[in-house]
Amino acid sequence: MGDQLQFIQLEVMVVALGLLVLLADLFLPESARRSLGYIAAGSLGLVFLLSFRGGYTDFADGEAFGGIYRLDGLALFFKRFFLLTAIFVLVFAVDFASRLRSGVSEYLAFILFALSGMMFAASANDFSLLFVAIELITVTFYILVSFQRHRMHSLEAGVKYLILGAVSSAFLVYGIALVFGEAGSLKFDAIRDAHAGLLENKVFLFGMLFVFAGLAFKISAFPFQIWAPDVYQGAPTPTTTFLAVGSKAAGFVLLIRLFGSVVPELTAQWTGMLMVVAALTILYGNLCALPQRNLKRLLAYSGIANAGYLLMGIVAQSDDGTAAILYYLAGYLFTLVAAFMIINLVTREGEGEDISCLAGLNKRSPFLAVALTLCAVSLAGIPPLAGFFGKFLLVKSVAAEAFGNTGYFALLAVAVFGVVVSIYYYFGIIRTIYWSKDTPDNSPVAIAWPTRMVLGLCVAAILYLGLLPDKPINWANAAAKIETVAK
Amino acid sequence: MDWLLIIVLLPLLAAAAIGFVPGSQRRVIRGITLGASGLSLLCALIAFCSFKVGSSELQFETKWIWVESLRLNFHLAADGINIGIILMGAIVAFAASCCADDITHRVKEFHILLNLMIGGILGTFASMDLFFFYFFHELALVPTFIMIGVWGRGANRNYATYKITLYLSLGALLALIGLIGVYVQTGAESFSIPDLIATVQESPIDESAQQWIFPLLMFGFGILASLWPFHTWAPLGYGAAPTATAMLHAGVLKKFGLYGIIRVAIPMAPVGAQSWLGVLAWLALANLLYCGLVAVRQKNLNLLIGNSSVAHMGFIFLGIASLNVIGLTGAVLVMIAHGLLAALAFGLSGHLYRQTGSLDMSRMGGLLRQMPLAGSALLMALFAGCGLPGFANFAGEVTIFFAAWAAGLKTITVIAAWSALVIGGLYMMRAIRNILHGPRGGDWAKASDVSPLIATALGLLLAALLVFGFAPWLLTNGIEDEVKKSVLLAKPAANASQAQATEAAGR
Repeated sequence: MGDQLQFIQLEVMVVALGLLVLLADLFLPESARRSLGYIAAGSLGLVFLLSFRGGYTDFADGEAFGGIYRLDGLALFFKRFFLLTAIFVLVFAVDFASRLRSGVSEYLAFILFALSGMMFAASANDFSLLFVAIELITVTFYILVSFQRHRMHSLEAGVKYLILGAVSSAFLVYGIALVFGEAGSLKFDAIRDAHAGLLENKVFLFGMLFVFAGLAFKISAFPFQIWAPDVYQGAPTPTTTFLAVGSKAAGFVLLIRLFGSVVPELTAQWTGMLMVVAALTILYGNLCALPQRNLKRLLAYSGIANAGYLLMGIVAQSDDGTAAILYYLAGYLFTLVAAFMIINLVTREGEGEDISCLAGLNKRSPFLAVALTLCAVSLAGIPPLAGFFGKFLLVKSVAAEAFGNTGYFALLAVAVFGVVVSIYYYFGIIRTIYWSKDTPDNSPVAIAWPTRMVLGLCVAAILYLGLLPDKPINWANAAAKIETVAK
Repeated sequence: MDWLLIIVLLPLLAAAAIGFVPGSQRRVIRGITLGASGLSLLCALIAFCSFKVGSSELQFETKWIWVESLRLNFHLAADGINIGIILMGAIVAFAASCCADDITHRVKEFHILLNLMIGGILGTFASMDLFFFYFFHELALVPTFIMIGVWGRGANRNYATYKITLYLSLGALLALIGLIGVYVQTGAESFSIPDLIATVQESPIDESAQQWIFPLLMFGFGILASLWPFHTWAPLGYGAAPTATAMLHAGVLKKFGLYGIIRVAIPMAPVGAQSWLGVLAWLALANLLYCGLVAVRQKNLNLLIGNSSVAHMGFIFLGIASLNVIGLTGAVLVMIAHGLLAALAFGLSGHLYRQTGSLDMSRMGGLLRQMPLAGSALLMALFAGCGLPGFANFAGEVTIFFAAWAAGLKTITVIAAWSALVIGGLYMMRAIRNILHGPRGGDWAKASDVSPLIATALGLLLAALLVFGFAPWLLTNGIEDEVKKSVLLAKPAANASQAQATEAAGR
């Protein structure tokens, strides 16, 4: 048993850290609590470094707890991804603490608990662990979304997320039950062996469809995207960031594992459906983003569109496609963290995040202006930034499969259309920063040094992923090769 | 010597250097830009003169591995086609730097973007790797959008910025999908243009795949080069752009699309090309006729130049559509000639705008008396625009007519020749009458002639136009060698008769 616990040492550390934060809250004076977030972020940084330790990576390609927990390249990649996201979100949360008004330590602890759920999801090799991990994420997010109890918007977002999240959980658990009924096991390894014989079995197909629907809700893919704009807008901004990056990536790691390695033949059979879902997600996200004036809402719709681009990697059904998803998500992480942090810095409490609040940002803080411009350009997929290279890899992986199936061309055409539309609204952001006529507020923006550090790191990463993709591509390729047989 | 690397790096380094200069030091900033583009022009001249025509190998090569797993290389090299374009690009870049002193606010930011744009432009034509070919183009394009948006002129510059951004992004993305299609379909596992060409010589891309790769590239690159009916961004965008930006984009960057068709689309998808070039020929005619007629109606000098520049693209498309050696040679020649001409015309209109604040031709007049230097330069530019022998444009255009006739596009050739002579003559002559002659216009009272710096720039452009006009062989010898290879790929059987046709055309 002790040996088995070695596998989940990172998760254990994260949960322990969460409990410590809750405990520390009882003993620390009010004034010291502010720095609690920085301490937690620093500790997570340590955990992040530990994930590279030889003693831990030796367990790679192994399974634990009777095969329900799997530690492979993919899982390791995503664990590090989630850790990095959480570090940034914690730093962000300290900035945001004054707007939460109460329970700051609980807020930090819940971020850590959600993180542990995501890290478990990265390793899920069994439907029971998958469901538990997803619920751990979702339930903590119900609380994180409605944390600003004094704001109607936050509460409303929480209720919406609760109701729709419950529906998606119902889909998921119902689907799992049907799959279990036909395949006779919850273990991915067993389903992998059995699924080829079940491709005509309607009950199994329905089960998998429901599971897909449950995961599609997580990544906000069409037609399960309705919740995203309201929740993104209403939730406290650090929660929005965590939701947009972490929760979405958790959905994708499960999709990759399930549809990429557990039921590949079913995925091939469903290529058409997946293509339609990806195309509609891209279209819906981009077209609805066009008239948005609220920045968080705009990024929510752009997030839907990005889920569509990422689904293209699933549609490609190749290691290249998976690697492209990983690359894209990595770029997306740094871009969105920086974008939300900047939006938070320039807006004042009680005011909406209307796009006009960016007016004159280049005079208020040239650094923030340049950073947000880089984010917008990267999201628009213009070289030489991370977003371009990610999209390039995704398109390449789909084009590589396009030879046998003309449907892929339609998908590529939709993707191109989506990108052109998105350039319009991303450039709207840049336009407001640099050449809007009325600048209501010219006061300089104060930035705490940890925030400045995170922003600097994000900008550097966006540039690095765009300019020197050689090494990161190798990492993504290595992580994307999912070994299906393990002992 | 890695001349190309130096040519491309100088402007990029200048952009970085300007970043460290305080914004108030305008003279220093301008000096850096001028110095960098001047030095890169000097290197381009040396490279052009030391270029060995007739050697089938790539020259002045620089090759670094960039992404090993995808086999992406940073690969700069010159051959017969691009050496001339790079020289033209360097001349225009220097001229644009000379004309950039009309910018008076946020000078530092403007010059950083200008240098980035120049570096991107020179890099895109020097790249022998598809990825960097595209990458440098985008590196030049993004500053273009920002420059038009921030430093542009006119009431509807916001609309113009959006329009040019969306059109050009669409074109670039279509071309990107086509390029990725090429990469995937050749199975060469490489983005290197020479490698790809070597691969398709052995085993061509599947014909059904060529049938969709070619139109993707043709329309993608076509939009970037203002192919009718996707040309409406061009006059509007150039009308709103600052002088230096318009010079660089209309002169050089726009040629990216044409260069892409010649360099990538035709060699990679020759079968697809044969079934689509008929369409391209008719669209080229539409460029010549429609945009020519639109140009006749213009009252604003910038819109006239913009529309006539779009009309001139028709010649190049027609040369490409002929798909024979003289046609493609002529197309590259017109690309270079038109680049110089467009830069000259926009440089002059920029000066006039700065002096009078308006480009309304009905209020101009008697310019030759007011500004003898600028007036004569404009006179020559307008004559070169209607294809007067002695200017490089004539050499290229007449070659294209021979080629189109030889390729069997007889109807189109007749109409195109007519439109070029009559319509082109009509609007150019009217412009000459309205602007240069007649009673002195109302706004001219305080207008002064061009400064020595701008005069140097304009003189340089005119000199290049005349040199290549009287001695087109300086360019065509190199171009022809390279173009033959593409034509050979497209029509291996017809090659023998093609060679005869070339000689028969009396070159």
